[in-house]
Amino acid sequence: MSITQNLTTSISSSSSAFLAPPTFNPRSQVSLPVNVKSVNICKCVATPQEAETAYKTKVSRNANMGKLQAGYLFPEVARRRNVHLLKYPDAKVISLGIGDTTEPIPEVITSAMAKRSQALSTLEGYSGYGAEQGEKPLRSAIASTFYGDLGIEEDDIFVSDGAKCDISRLQIVFGSDVKMAVQDPSYPAYVDSSVIMGQTGSFQKDVEKFANIEYMRCNPENGFFPDLSSISRPDIIFFCSPNNPTGAAATREQLTQLVQYAKDNGSIIIYDSAYAMYISGDNPHSIFEIPGAKEVAIETSSYSKYAGFTGVRLGWTVVPKQLLFSDGFPVAKDFNRIVCTCFNGASNISQAGGLACLSPEGLKAMRDVIGFYKENTSIIVDTFDSLGFKVYGGKSAPYVWVHFPGQSSWDVFSEILEKTHVVTTPGSGFGPGGEGFIRVSAFGHRENILEACRRFKQLYK
Amino acid sequence: MHKMYNTSVCSSMFSPNALQSIMLVTRQQQYWIMSSCTLKNQRLRIGHRTKVPRNVNMEKLQHGYLFPEIQRHQLMHLEKYPHANVIDLGIGDTTEPLSTIVTSSMVDFVHGLSTEKGYKGYGPEQGEKALRKEIADTIYKDLGIKPSEVFVSDGAQCDISRLQLLMGPNLKIFVPDPSFPAYIDSSVIIGQAGEFVYETGKYKNIEYMTCGPQTNFFPDLHTASRADIIFFCSPNNPTGHAATRKQLEQLVDFAKENGSIIIFDSAYSAYITDDSPKSIFEISGAREVAIEVSSFSKFAGFTGVRLGWTVVPEELSYSNGFPVVHDFNRIMCTCFNGASNIAQAGGLACLSPEGLKAVQSHVDNYMDNARILVDALTSVGLKVYGGKNAPYAWVHFPGSNSWDVFAEILEKTHMITVPGSGFGPGGEEYIRISAFGQRDSIIEASERFQCLV
Repeated sequence: MSITQNLTTSISSSSSAFLAPPTFNPRSQVSLPVNVKSVNICKCVATPQEAETAYKTKVSRNANMGKLQAGYLFPEVARRRNVHLLKYPDAKVISLGIGDTTEPIPEVITSAMAKRSQALSTLEGYSGYGAEQGEKPLRSAIASTFYGDLGIEEDDIFVSDGAKCDISRLQIVFGSDVKMAVQDPSYPAYVDSSVIMGQTGSFQKDVEKFANIEYMRCNPENGFFPDLSSISRPDIIFFCSPNNPTGAAATREQLTQLVQYAKDNGSIIIYDSAYAMYISGDNPHSIFEIPGAKEVAIETSSYSKYAGFTGVRLGWTVVPKQLLFSDGFPVAKDFNRIVCTCFNGASNISQAGGLACLSPEGLKAMRDVIGFYKENTSIIVDTFDSLGFKVYGGKSAPYVWVHFPGQSSWDVFSEILEKTHVVTTPGSGFGPGGEGFIRVSAFGHRENILEACRRFKQLYK
Repeated sequence: MHKMYNTSVCSSMFSPNALQSIMLVTRQQQYWIMSSCTLKNQRLRIGHRTKVPRNVNMEKLQHGYLFPEIQRHQLMHLEKYPHANVIDLGIGDTTEPLSTIVTSSMVDFVHGLSTEKGYKGYGPEQGEKALRKEIADTIYKDLGIKPSEVFVSDGAQCDISRLQLLMGPNLKIFVPDPSFPAYIDSSVIIGQAGEFVYETGKYKNIEYMTCGPQTNFFPDLHTASRADIIFFCSPNNPTGHAATRKQLEQLVDFAKENGSIIIFDSAYSAYITDDSPKSIFEISGAREVAIEVSSFSKFAGFTGVRLGWTVVPEELSYSNGFPVVHDFNRIMCTCFNGASNIAQAGGLACLSPEGLKAVQSHVDNYMDNARILVDALTSVGLKVYGGKNAPYAWVHFPGSNSWDVFAEILEKTHMITVPGSGFGPGGEEYIRISAFGQRDSIIEASERFQCLV
């Protein structure tokens, strides 16, 4: 077994392509996840046989957790990067894997956060608990900036610590008795949170899918928009546009179709618009641009990729008043209850930053940084184009979706890592529909992007 | 303020017909009906209905979460008395500004985010290494907690729900009664609890263990039936009682005998003034049966900044031997994305020697407030508990309905408190008074208590 595979057999770090052994013996191999995003690795500590008699509680493990096949995708990518670094300590590894922003936050935004932090040490400026739904001025600014003429009001906006967290909170609202549909490939948190919530059946190894989730294939052949006539009715449809990982931005016609489908079938769309500001062209930025969407959709978004707030933590979710459960009860009321009970508001300092982002100066500063990442994306697209690859995305999202026909994406990932010291993300990590593709993210300092592209040219010339 | 409820609809509840139908329920239940009445009216909304069924667990919840409910009453009171000088002794919200030791480190960190060298993107979901280590070394000094067992979060209330998500719907919880409402509410939401029973004020399939003066604010474990998860908060919100070493040893033994997991909430441990244990891990054997949740909120005034942590020891395992820490890590990586890095920078500063001194001085200040309140309440002849190891006074009004007392205090003295029954049926007859206000408000409050008798 290679070094990689040795380390892969521990429970928390088996990859989505390498399935966990059917009968694990947790006492013979215990791996403690140690800060995988730093240079340290996951330590696998084999404990001796007498640990077999160690005390166990009588609390049953949550069967839903047992259904999950492996660790969450991105910590797994990070783990492999760290293993690689151990193997090649002098290699200049370039990370185009996890979509992590790299450029400093514009000063107009950080100065507002500095001001708020400072104010917390004064009597006039100190604030304790804020409204769980977010500070009023921020909710108002989000409503007017992003949903100006769309009839979305301030109190439809719920500020959060990020879209990933909101996705789980939405799952808690809906509970275990609903069925999801996801694009395939898609951002892993949709499927994983659905499993954790108990909405799914077991993982079916032959098709690499969880039972009771409707996977809607999105590929070049269907223009990355699913054939809605081929799916059986789901309660909830996750839809991300511009898409992570494919980069596809849905057209107005496509979204109109989606809204109509949801209306006809009584489904709820959870629309992830985290990359909307990356759109080139006239694709809708918000689902609420489509008439009728307020009665069928929730929209979630984030400051992460707009303002470099990946570490600062800020996002929002829109739940229109018009969105009702089958008994007529407003979904927003239950979401509000969850926000008040399972959450306690986003950090007030982050919110101050978020407000500054939406000032005219802040918006311009964000657009500049987004423009910079879009230039990175073009460079990567051009590189793979010139090498003769079929390349998708890259126009309206900071992701390039490169086709490697007939190959296992984890194999391609490993080869690229081994031969060029560049980390990417294997498409199958986003679902079986991602097999045969690699996602290259365009977040990086310009010199690293250029260097990575040089290395790709070297490898694939 | 968020306008989630239409107050004019509530006042229409007191029309003759409405009164007739609610006369058969207790006054306590009337408060619940009043708060949920606008929700029922919302059901009449016209328009497209999806075919997505409402989550039955959400339906089980009886009323809004307690603390927004209190705020709603405050709003209604202000509408009635727009010029009243309302003193808030209700929601336990900190009021002392943060020390500059803490804020300057956050300011420096923030400025760093605008530089190439200082910019940070995604942090580890489990928290920054340095902070995890500092929590392990400082808070759990000599208790053998490893940094890898510490998971930094955006607060205890959020962690409680993540722990429930982790544990899943098929377990049964045990809560002391009264207790912090998030334990019960999250249990209902996740699907562990059965229906609410009006007569008892309790949800089915939750073990409520009364904690009152008669039992020295500790559950009578001899009469308790087994639950999978035992929530325990010490020092306690709302009663203010800090469990003794002996009591906690009993609790750990009880957990061991029953194969249960304790979720120990130590959010107020910094307020302990005697030698009561500050962590469950001071008790031998606790590593195999307990998780500890804590927070910078009340410890460091971070109620708005948002920072906390949860300790899951390596040894803690499910019945099949699987380590709980693995699954908790998975939840943190999938349902969360780390606490704000700015808040974490502030947290680290709090744990420096100077930071700890500054933080402790605020804690001492709040405890001085508590003493003032306890003295004032005692001087008017009330029986007062707590206030010694926690910033809460737990005041007994024998034979009373706590919402009635809440309303009377609000009406007569323009002071917000929290009715004990909001924390569970074991809180009936009690009022929780919190000591987080500014000193002049606290002194004013202690004078207004004279009006109560």
